[in-house]
Amino acid sequence: MAERKIVPIGPYHPLQEEPEFFKLIVEGEHVVELEIDIGYNHRGIEKLAEEKHWDQITFLVERICGICSNSHPFAYCLAGEDLLGIEVPERANYIRMIIDELQRLHSHLLWLGLAGHFIGYNTIWMWAWKAREPVLDLFELISGNRQNYAMLKIGGVRRDIKEEAYPVIRKTIKNLYPTLKMFQKAIQDDPVIQTRTRGVGILKKEDGISFGAVGPTARASGIDIDVRRDDRYARYDTLSWSVITRNEGDIHAKLLVRVLEMIESCSIIEQCLDRIPKGEIETEVRDIPQGEGIGRVEAPRGECFHYIRSDGTNRPVRHKIRAPSFVNVATNLVTVPGYTISDAALTLAAVDPCYCCTERSAAFTLTGEKILKGEDLIRLSIEKTEKIKKIYGNDKK
Amino acid sequence: MGIKEKILTKSLWVFHASVGSCNNCDIEILDCLTPRFDVERLGIQLVGSIRHADVILVTGAMNKKALKRFKKVCGQAPKPCFIVAVGICPCSMHMFKGSYSMQSPLDEIMPVDLYIPGCPPRPEAIIAGLAKLINKVNK
Repeated sequence: MAERKIVPIGPYHPLQEEPEFFKLIVEGEHVVELEIDIGYNHRGIEKLAEEKHWDQITFLVERICGICSNSHPFAYCLAGEDLLGIEVPERANYIRMIIDELQRLHSHLLWLGLAGHFIGYNTIWMWAWKAREPVLDLFELISGNRQNYAMLKIGGVRRDIKEEAYPVIRKTIKNLYPTLKMFQKAIQDDPVIQTRTRGVGILKKEDGISFGAVGPTARASGIDIDVRRDDRYARYDTLSWSVITRNEGDIHAKLLVRVLEMIESCSIIEQCLDRIPKGEIETEVRDIPQGEGIGRVEAPRGECFHYIRSDGTNRPVRHKIRAPSFVNVATNLVTVPGYTISDAALTLAAVDPCYCCTERSAAFTLTGEKILKGEDLIRLSIEKTEKIKKIYGNDKK
Repeated sequence: MGIKEKILTKSLWVFHASVGSCNNCDIEILDCLTPRFDVERLGIQLVGSIRHADVILVTGAMNKKALKRFKKVCGQAPKPCFIVAVGICPCSMHMFKGSYSMQSPLDEIMPVDLYIPGCPPRPEAIIAGLAKLINKVNK
């Protein structure tokens, strides 16, 4: 048996956009174990939300993650509307769906580019990001900003999509189809991509279920879940579209699921533009009463969940966020070991990890130094039990 | 400015360090490299290792856990090295001010050569910022 060595990746590594730390424990070239250490991106958003006004939180949760910067406000607004028990106007629902699907297009194209970069195909990176630019132009046309659209508010949307914008959106989406078909063909036909991705980083269906995987990561392993269909928010139930699933569970399946999902998204946007009614874009919300509400949204990476509790004042008592990457990153524990180090980079990226989303918890020592390892938390827990045992032991005496 | 800095400006090699950002600025920095903006035509290149870097692009509000690592990384950079704060977060903490896991604006930790505000700054703004940096050094 070869000697065990540690290969550290991160926190500042050319491979990563965000700071996170992976410890690969290798035997020769094969990865046998993986340790994930995050916390370099934790911003304490849940705590910050408790100090902000209901309207300010939409902007705060938008900045949880720059890539799914519509999904978080969407889930938050749904939670607010659930608390209030109100319906948003029909037009607002369609505008929300258009923005959400455009965001899915931009997110998947971004990931596709990065995946190409990790394989060593910088051409795919450049092509995918070139195709992504027109989508960002649409965002600029609709909301005035390339990222962070600030489109949503509790009760509706902040701004309307003007009639003049419809043909521009239609044209951009129409031009996107051939590019997406080309990507699909490239993934299915290119021998190099096939060899690098087929049979690599397989996530079995059982593992996916036990880790609670969501989104394209789960759908590539044959788990047929999609909040858009299962929970029926907005007006997704009135449109005709399908949930893409594959059974292989490898990186190739994840690539294909995302590309096919983009084609579905294009079709959803076109249907929305056909059916969007005229009318109001928001229901007026005066104040938020006591109560609690939840919101679930299918973000590009999977299910995004928000919970809020109000005590009748103008800020929440508790705001809980569960981002999709949080569960998907954990699946790396089974997908990375068993393959070579060169595959690890691609496998780690294949779940489309978003660490800004994931960083929802942190632990501090008394000196102010941060710890986040599971063992440390368990150790603390054991120490606490010991303390309690001692107290009880003294009582008995 | 010394002769060393002037030579650097011929072709800036940038390293990108996220210290607690929301990804938007990071994406816009990468976007600068892609066909529409293509900063490589201006001699600006994104490098993988800090040891090759002339400019460190810092995105995000400084996280307490990342601070220690970031200082270590900055120590490894060859000197002279410019530090650029990309986005409003490293400039002034944005809406993360007062969070328990955040340190302080970047300029309270180390000297900053250039600020590029915006949430996120457009790729054009990032390119314009780097051009201003070059002009500042050459003057």
